Amino acid sequence: MSQRSAATGTTRRGLAVLTIGMREQRKLFSVAVAGSLVYGGLTVADAWVLGWATDSVIAPAFASGELAGGLALAVTALFLGIALLRALGVIGRRLVGGIVYFRLIADYRRQVTRRYLALPVRWHAQHPTGQLLSNANADVEAVWGVMMPLPMAIGVLAMLAVGIVAMLTADVVLTIVGLVIFPLLFAINVVYQRLLSPRISRAQALRADVSAVAHESFDGALVVKTMGREAEETERFRAVSARLRDANVAAGQVRSAFDPVLEALPSFGVLLVVLLGIERVLSGAAQPGDVVQVAYLFTVIAFPVRAFGWVLGELPRSVVGWDRVRAVLDATGAMAYGAAKVPGSGPVRLAAHDVHFGHDSAVPVLAGVSFDVEPGRTVAVVGLTGSGKSTLAALLIRLMDADDGQIMLDGRDLRELSHDALAATVALVPQQTFIFDDTVRGNVTLGAAISDDEVWAALRVAQADRFVVALPEGLDAQLGERGTTLSGGQRQRLALARALVRRPRLLVLDDATSAVDPEVEGRILAALRARTAGSGGPTVLVIAYRRATIALADEVVFLTDGRVADRGPHAELLTRSAAYRDIVDAYDQARAAMAAEPR
Amino acid sequence: MSASTAFVGRGASRFGDSATATARQVFKRGFALSPALRDGLGFTLLLGAVSTMGSAFVPVVIQRTIDGGLLAPGGVDRASVWRYTILAAVIVVLTAAAAYWMRLRLYRASESGLAELRVKAFRHVHDLPMLTQDTERRGALVSRVTSDVDQVSLFLQSYGLMLLISIGQVGVASVIMALYSWQLTIVVWLCFVPLLVSLRAFQRRMTTAYGTVRRTVADMLSVIAEPVVGASVVRAHAVEARTQARIDEAISTNLRANIAAQRLVAVTFASAGIAGGLANAAVVVGGVWLGVAGHLSIGTVVAFAFLVSLFVGPVQMATQVLTEAQNAIASWRRVIGVLDTPADVVDPGISGVALPHGALAASFEHVDFAYPGGGLVLHDIDLSIPPGSRVAVVGETGSGKTTFAKLLCRLMDPVHGRVCLDGTDLRDVRFNSLRERVVMVPQEGFLFDASLADNLRYGRAAARSEELLEALGDLGLADWFVTLPLGLETPVGQRGESLSAGERQLVSLVRAYLADPDLLVLDEATSAVDPQTEVRLSAALERLLVGRTSVTIAHRLSTAEAAEVVLVFDAGRLVQRGHHRELVAANGVYARLHTSWVAQSHLGGGSDG
Repeated sequence: MSQRSAATGTTRRGLAVLTIGMREQRKLFSVAVAGSLVYGGLTVADAWVLGWATDSVIAPAFASGELAGGLALAVTALFLGIALLRALGVIGRRLVGGIVYFRLIADYRRQVTRRYLALPVRWHAQHPTGQLLSNANADVEAVWGVMMPLPMAIGVLAMLAVGIVAMLTADVVLTIVGLVIFPLLFAINVVYQRLLSPRISRAQALRADVSAVAHESFDGALVVKTMGREAEETERFRAVSARLRDANVAAGQVRSAFDPVLEALPSFGVLLVVLLGIERVLSGAAQPGDVVQVAYLFTVIAFPVRAFGWVLGELPRSVVGWDRVRAVLDATGAMAYGAAKVPGSGPVRLAAHDVHFGHDSAVPVLAGVSFDVEPGRTVAVVGLTGSGKSTLAALLIRLMDADDGQIMLDGRDLRELSHDALAATVALVPQQTFIFDDTVRGNVTLGAAISDDEVWAALRVAQADRFVVALPEGLDAQLGERGTTLSGGQRQRLALARALVRRPRLLVLDDATSAVDPEVEGRILAALRARTAGSGGPTVLVIAYRRATIALADEVVFLTDGRVADRGPHAELLTRSAAYRDIVDAYDQARAAMAAEPR
Repeated sequence: MSASTAFVGRGASRFGDSATATARQVFKRGFALSPALRDGLGFTLLLGAVSTMGSAFVPVVIQRTIDGGLLAPGGVDRASVWRYTILAAVIVVLTAAAAYWMRLRLYRASESGLAELRVKAFRHVHDLPMLTQDTERRGALVSRVTSDVDQVSLFLQSYGLMLLISIGQVGVASVIMALYSWQLTIVVWLCFVPLLVSLRAFQRRMTTAYGTVRRTVADMLSVIAEPVVGASVVRAHAVEARTQARIDEAISTNLRANIAAQRLVAVTFASAGIAGGLANAAVVVGGVWLGVAGHLSIGTVVAFAFLVSLFVGPVQMATQVLTEAQNAIASWRRVIGVLDTPADVVDPGISGVALPHGALAASFEHVDFAYPGGGLVLHDIDLSIPPGSRVAVVGETGSGKTTFAKLLCRLMDPVHGRVCLDGTDLRDVRFNSLRERVVMVPQEGFLFDASLADNLRYGRAAARSEELLEALGDLGLADWFVTLPLGLETPVGQRGESLSAGERQLVSLVRAYLADPDLLVLDEATSAVDPQTEVRLSAALERLLVGRTSVTIAHRLSTAEAAEVVLVFDAGRLVQRGHHRELVAANGVYARLHTSWVAQSHLGGGSDG
């Protein structure tokens, strides 16, 4: 009982989605439906012509022994004329109907990606990447998939109505066969789709599982191989493949049972019409042509009637997709930006005041961090893994807002700044960056009007110029999925160039050279130092473990348990903080211990 | 999708002949690989043939009814009409039964056969070199065992089935027609000939159109990923407008390609209807003309019109069926291509040698290595590692360190020379022994989307929770462990992404430690761990690995300082070997690397700097 009401609920909600689609593409959808109505009406007309030809052309000609030229012409013109008009109807239905569908998915893709660009980074962090990608792709397609067969289904409805009328004009008794068979076809279709669609959904879900196992297993190939786990992995894959196979067979069983029934039913209709028709013709109530017409009608509508089933079958998918897409479109919490700029030019003063973050997690990530950095100075943030350093970096460039406290640039709260002003003032080089499917130049400039000289200058500081020169197309070399693949270290250097080329007034480096060779890193740091030492260089905040990076800094902020445990020049911290020494000096201490131990 | 085309394009040569196999060869090989597809295929096809009879027989009843009843010159022969109707009803029921049975068999056979193929391909992929060497192509390998197999199954069960039924229906209808009148049959066929002739051309255009659609889809998917995967970069640089413009353009291009393809579908579909109308007119006019001449009856003429309707559907769908068939064959070919790619590293199986227990000695005898299609990346490596020694490997990026480690674990085989453990060529060691005794911890600590405990048990499947905790304690990670919210049951997320890079490396190390190997190979396994933890870990490992052999590829030279032997690689050659003290004294690559490292780690004044 509850299952049935759930199903009717789905149908009702599915129809609501359909209505939205029809309303949004009202004009084109009307054209598609008109095409479908033409198609439906003319299909019935075709049957009528055959009936008429039987009585008025074929029979008289056989009786008289000759075929009147005018009649032959009329028959040809009628059949061809109907066929041509119907072809136009088919084109209208299929092409314009297709355009409706493709426009809807294009439109919703635009809407969903607009939301992605507007929603805060924090929202993104809470949603798995795979889910967001499928919201914009597979889910949008699932919502509107039903629009494809919809015009056809509406046309078929018209076809049935006109068909009943045509039958009535032919013979009332024969119409009864139609009144029995048509609703029966409809009812069987409904039952069919009710049984089939949950099975299809299950198979769909299992297909995703198969894909997830394959993805994971291949991504972890090195672990699988070095641990000799191939057999276990294959078993895992075999199990999920077997479930998919069984689900597909279960769906196949329903199809195997219903498809032949739906095909056979119109044939029975024809046979019934024949048996009844003989009596009607003998009693003089109908002409042979009427019987032929009605019988033919059953033959030609057998297939189109299935369109109902397709619409019904798509509805559950459509509803599920709609819920997922709506969840993105209705998500709120866009980050509000102010309108202010940071006046002047050159390095800015950075001040963090009592910054808290992560109230909702068990252990707060940042619990009252305060420090300031004078313009043009370089500060290193040092702390153990998990001490909140990367969170702090994200807060400094306002990828997220602190739960409490203030971050200020030249005395102005980050939240007062406009988005553009913020991006122009601060730049973050993350540990792992994103490479766009674009050229090297596009990846550095990100579309901003920046000269090639400036791009090269930034690449030089980031020690990325050499590998870019080595690419056959240089700055025009395509990167990303279908272009050159960069190593982790190369990506980091490109990210650095991307930040430097914008001449930020505050540069935040979040362990940004971790994948770079020590020697190359040394060169990057030297070049950065040369650049920042000059007047007008940015204020720099670096997060690092390595002493060389720390050495770049005028001062160190030492984070422990989400708080500033100590701050001051590196040498001072070394002497006064044992905890700091333990982190920074770990290698030296190990070496000292080793030296003390005689071997 | 882009990945799959790139894979075929760029990797074709690696797949030998299969990339160019003809449809017939694909079928032959495909059926050989999935015996379940072939089992009982003859009977399924027979049922398929039976299942096309019903709809074709109904027009015969029409003919009988008209000629023997309605318009019979000698009056109605009710008995004859009833006989034919009942016969037809029986045939329709038999047809439906045969169709049911045939479909059931088809679903079962195709699903079992393809599940078999999927698993075989999956297992084989794990033996392919590109899985670990050419990581960019992994996505393509995933589609080989997912969407490509799905495509074949979908084809067999929908368009393939449609093709089978269509051919049967058109065939049976043609036979019945021909029995009535061969002249009129020719007329009907002639009406469809222009369409059949243009089929190839239509299909070629459709293949091109769908090819364009696929390319635009790939482009679109890639830019749609920008605001998701690159969310913080887009935000940080305020390039939302540019990103949206790129997305909008890709979506519009895809929309145009879809509409172009849809136009072709609509036109081919519509033209079949026109041919049907033409055939109907020809049947009536031609039929009457032939009938008047005494060759045909009225019923036959009408029956012809009914039979013509059986032609229209198949012709409407023909272009699409052929296009789909082409796609399915291409997919099948790609799956077969994977299976026919030889595995480079082959398990000698039970005929192989089992390694003895205890610390292992390792040796490289004049080993050269090159990746397929590339130059040598290792030149004439010749060395031996005594059992129980602690070896560090250093060198710049690209010097061949990781390749050396992979050869040592037999993730690949040398192109020349031998790699031996305890004097046995690795190629003769059976895998279950090799993987048990030799464990490598790669740089990127990959975790499976499961709990911490499940991931640790990858090292030792039967380990009890207490053993897992003990291992964490042994490695000095108890402090870290208590910060995990759910302890051993903490979910690590996809690829372990709920943990930081450093934490993932910690789990990988514990996992390897649990595996209890006799030779442990660490490939920059602690590069993302903070120095304090790293030092603690390496001290613990040193203590725990006493009596075992360890080879550590070092990112930080502190590891080399602590090692018994340091191997120095430069541009694919072993250029120096010895203890840290000797190497520092010698004027060579090591001294240069060391100076640079010391300069960096001691800038700004260290406690002992």
